[in-house]
Order: sequence, then C-alpha cells, then structure tokens
Amino acid sequence: MDVSLVVEQFLNGFQLGIILFLMAAGLTLVFGILDMVNLAHGSLYMIGAFYGATFAVWTDSFILGVVLMVPAMLVTGIVIERIALRTLYARDHLDQVLATFGLILFFNALTRIIWGPEGVVVPLPDFLNGSVDLAFGIVYPVFRITIIGVGLAVALGLWLLVSHTRIGMLIRAGASNRTMAGALGVNIPMLFTIVFGIGAVLAGLAGLIFAPIQTVFVGMGEDVLIIAFVVIVIGGIGSIRGAFIAAILAGLIDTMGRSFLDVLLLVFLSPNAAESAGPALSSMLIYILMAAILFFRPQGLFPPKGR
Amino acid sequence: MIAGINMKSATSWMTLGVLVMFAVMPFLAPALGEPFYVKVFARVMIWSIAAISLNLIMGYGGMISFGHAVFLGIGGYSIGIASTHGLDNAWIQWPLAIGVCAVVGLIFGFISLRTRGVYFIMITLALAQMIFFLSVSAEQYGSDDGLNIWQRSEFGVAWFDLENALTMYYVIFAFLVAALFAMWRIVNSRFGLVVRGSRSNDLRMQAVGFPTYRYRLTAFVIAGVMCGIAGILQANFEKFVSPDMMNWPVSGELIFMVVLGGMGTLIGPVVGALVFLLLSEILKDITEHWHIIFGPFLVLVVLFARGGVVGLLTTGVSRE
Repeated sequence: MDVSLVVEQFLNGFQLGIILFLMAAGLTLVFGILDMVNLAHGSLYMIGAFYGATFAVWTDSFILGVVLMVPAMLVTGIVIERIALRTLYARDHLDQVLATFGLILFFNALTRIIWGPEGVVVPLPDFLNGSVDLAFGIVYPVFRITIIGVGLAVALGLWLLVSHTRIGMLIRAGASNRTMAGALGVNIPMLFTIVFGIGAVLAGLAGLIFAPIQTVFVGMGEDVLIIAFVVIVIGGIGSIRGAFIAAILAGLIDTMGRSFLDVLLLVFLSPNAAESAGPALSSMLIYILMAAILFFRPQGLFPPKGR
Repeated sequence: MIAGINMKSATSWMTLGVLVMFAVMPFLAPALGEPFYVKVFARVMIWSIAAISLNLIMGYGGMISFGHAVFLGIGGYSIGIASTHGLDNAWIQWPLAIGVCAVVGLIFGFISLRTRGVYFIMITLALAQMIFFLSVSAEQYGSDDGLNIWQRSEFGVAWFDLENALTMYYVIFAFLVAALFAMWRIVNSRFGLVVRGSRSNDLRMQAVGFPTYRYRLTAFVIAGVMCGIAGILQANFEKFVSPDMMNWPVSGELIFMVVLGGMGTLIGPVVGALVFLLLSEILKDITEHWHIIFGPFLVLVVLFARGGVVGLLTTGVSRE
C-alpha cells in the first residue's frame, strides 16, 4: 500500500463527500425549514443530470450545460413544489414519505419515456479531461479536482447565504419558529418555494457533476438519496454545518473502506476470509457509523438550536 | 370500536369474504379460465402477511418503518443460503430463518427505537439498505443476480410436499389465517393496548408506569419475525431470492399496501395488498410505463383517502 494510492483515495473520498453534501444540504434545508421528508429529492438529482447532459449535448459544451441546468432546475423545483408538495407540508411524515415515493415512481417512468431506458453519456471538455501531477508523483484527474473546488465554493456560498444575508436570516427564522416568523410579516409560502428551489438546484448540480464519472441513468438518484439521508441523520437534521461534516466523513469512510478495509483485515484474518469479508463490511461501514453515532447522540452530531 | 372480529361489524364480514375468496381461488380461477390468477393470489397472500406485520408496528404502534422489507429478504435468504449448502429440511430451515429474523429485529429495534419521528423513518431505511448492500456484495450467494432455490423446504412427510402447487398454496393460506388470528389476539391483548397507547401518547403511558420502550421493541421483533415468515414463504413459492426483494422500494410498497387498505385495521393490509397487486397487474397489461399512472394514484390516495379502502367502505363505523 503506497502513499500515493492513499492520497488518491483520500481525495476520491473527499469528492464523494462533496457530492453527498450538495444532496444533503438541500434535504436538510427542506427538512429543517419545511418539516418535510422529501424522497423525491433523489429524482431532482436525476433530473438535474438529465437536463445538464441534454443541454451539454445540444450546445456541445459541458460548461453551458451546467449553466443552463441551473435555471431549468430552479423552475422545475418551483413547479414541483407548487403543484405537488405544497399540500403536504401540513400532513404527517407518513403521508409525505408515501406521496414523495409516488413522485419517484412517476419521475422515473417519465424520464424513461422522455430519454429512453439506456441513459445518456456526458462528454467532458478537453480542458477537464487531463490529469495533473499534484506533488511527489501523485497524479489526479483535473475533473475530480474541479468537483472538489466547485463543491467547496458552493458550501462557502451557502454558508454566506444562510448566515450573512437577509434571505438567510429569514430562512433561519423560518426554521426555528415558522409561526412567529409568519406573524412578524415574513412571507412563509414564498420562503418555502425559494428554499425548495435552492435545494432542487443543489441536487441537480450534484447529479450533473457526478454524471461524467458515473453516466446518467434512470433511478441514479436513489442510492445517493439514501446515503444523503444517513448524512443528515448523522449531522443532525436541519444543520448545514452538520451536513457538511457528516458528508465529508461519510464520503471518506466509504471510499477509504472500500479500498483499504481488506488490507486492514489481513492483519486479523486469513487472506481468504479478508477477501470475502472486506467488500461486505466496507459497504456497511457508513451505516455502522450512523448506528454508533445515533446510539450515543440520537439527535445527530449538530442538532440545530431552538427545536 | 375495537378493531377486532365483531360479527356485527362490516369489517368482519369483509375479513370473512376475503378469506373465503382466497380459499376457493385454486378452484375458481381455473374454472373461469384464468389459472394464472392462482399464482397472483398466492403472491397476494404472501404480501398480505408482510403487510399485516408492518401494520402491527406502523398502524397500531405508530412506528413508521421504511425498512420493513429487510425481513422479507432475511427470511428468504435464510432459506436460500441453507438450501445452497444442501440443507433442505424445513424443521431446521424454518426455525433457523425465524431465529435470524428475531435477532436482527432485536438489534435493529434496539438501535432505531431510541429515536423518534423522521429519524426513525430514516434509520430503519438505512439499516435495511445495509443488509441490502450486504446481499449485493455476497458473491458466493449470487450478488445482484440472486439465488436459485432448487428444492423447496422438505417436511419429510410423504403427503405434505411443498413442490405440490396446491399444498404450497394452502400452506400460504394457513399462514395468512394464522397471521390474522395472531394479530387479532395481539392488538386486543394487554400488550397490544400498551403498544397502541404508546402511539397515542407515549409520555402518558410512561407516566402511568409502562416501560414502553420494551413493549415497542417486542412489537418490532414480532413484526420482524412475521415478515420473515412471509419471506420464507416467498422464497419457497418463487424458488428464488434476490437483493431486490428487500430493496427500499419494496418497503415503500409495503407501507402503501397498509395505507391503501386501511392503517390500524385488522383486514386493511390484506385488502391493500390485494388492490395493490391486482391494480399493478392490470396497469402492466396497459403500458410498460405503468408507474406513470401508479405514482400519481399513490399521491391521490395519500391526499384524499386516508382511511384506505376499509375506511371508505365502513364510513360511519369509526375506527378505534
């Protein structure tokens, strides 16, 4: 096991963490402020990737694909919120889970009708296609570095938005006491729509920037959605900071576990046992982490104040 | 009104009617020229048992498990794995499968019942996905492709062979009747009343002096075992198990069956499973993209028919 492989896998894990954060940020905002469990967030991830891929093929530019995806997702998110989700805010969590489960089935079928079952391949522009030599002979793809950069920028922007702007203040007010904020004159329904729109764009962005690595296919959002759930539960539902830390943690543990767990197990087990136990155990690692954290802190690592 | 078999109530007639229909189906369907529907109804009964078990914790106990299908998978895989290693004796296989489900139910319940509300939903989901990914990564047991079961469980009695389609059907039927009877006894027992009380007001139940965590955990394990039995039956019926039988959409479908039929009613989950599976068979005939109709249907049921089918048919008869 050489150092460059460890560094490379560490960066891969960090990059997975960034993607998870983009998903989890939207989920945790929507949950924290709207008190709404939205399974269809995984569909937004998928739709964003399909939009971006289609725009990228039309305009023959990956960058333009990303740029056009943002307003498209914003509109899609707002439309979904206005038509389907608005009536669910006052319902209990069971209703929300079921209805958004129905939406997933619907969006998967719709996507399959529009784009066909085989998915779309997103071409990468040349300037993102190479690799760079980081240091000490560690070569890493430019695109993955870009993902990390974009993700960190979005995280920073989101933090600035929530903690240093007027709209962020309203969002926080809405999260800690919806009724009081409404009584003080905040347009709560409008706020909800904006929050949902932001969440939709973030999910779409996560789907799109992961697309060149994974290809775009129907149902692609669902595995990510479930790990994003794990992330926001670990981080404390409603907390952006918690989501960030938990997402990076989950990304690192998952990726590092998949690469090095079998090597670690060799210390305790025979080569045969290690080889079969390694993949099984590494796919369970983040769930074990979640179970352990919840055992000691049932509200997650950073439960938001005032709830 | 307590949800139970009260011969005067509409729901008990519905229970009787549904059970009679299941009982005569192996003769009725071929007579109507639709022998295929015998298989469909066998599946309906297996799903019914799973939905009944979920109804215990979700409908009566207020614990919304979004990972209940995991017990279908664990029950099924216990049979499949035992069978792969040449162990076909039902007297060993079945208790083994039930034991595994009970242990997993105890562990999962122990962890997840420490939390409430939406945390509980997500934790049960995540724990179930953990087992799902475990089954996907188990290469010696077929990974994604699943596991064929060449030989159904053997009871060692000549006239009682599950390979006989009619025997298999009536074994499933017997388990469905047993599940309904067990549920009727459970929800009307002192234990069941504590679980239901803890749904309405857990704090008050604790203040009265009930250690509700233990009661809820017990209910969770019972539900897990009962769903595991559905898994055992499914593995035997289909002669095949795969990770897909416990993937998260299956848990979503189970929840929907319970809600569609009527949460917290005895026969609701059975009616829900029946409507769900028949409707999906019909829609699949119409279009391969049947989810485009089914998804919005699900949303509409949630928005406009909270009592489910049983609630709609028994309007005027208040539930609980």
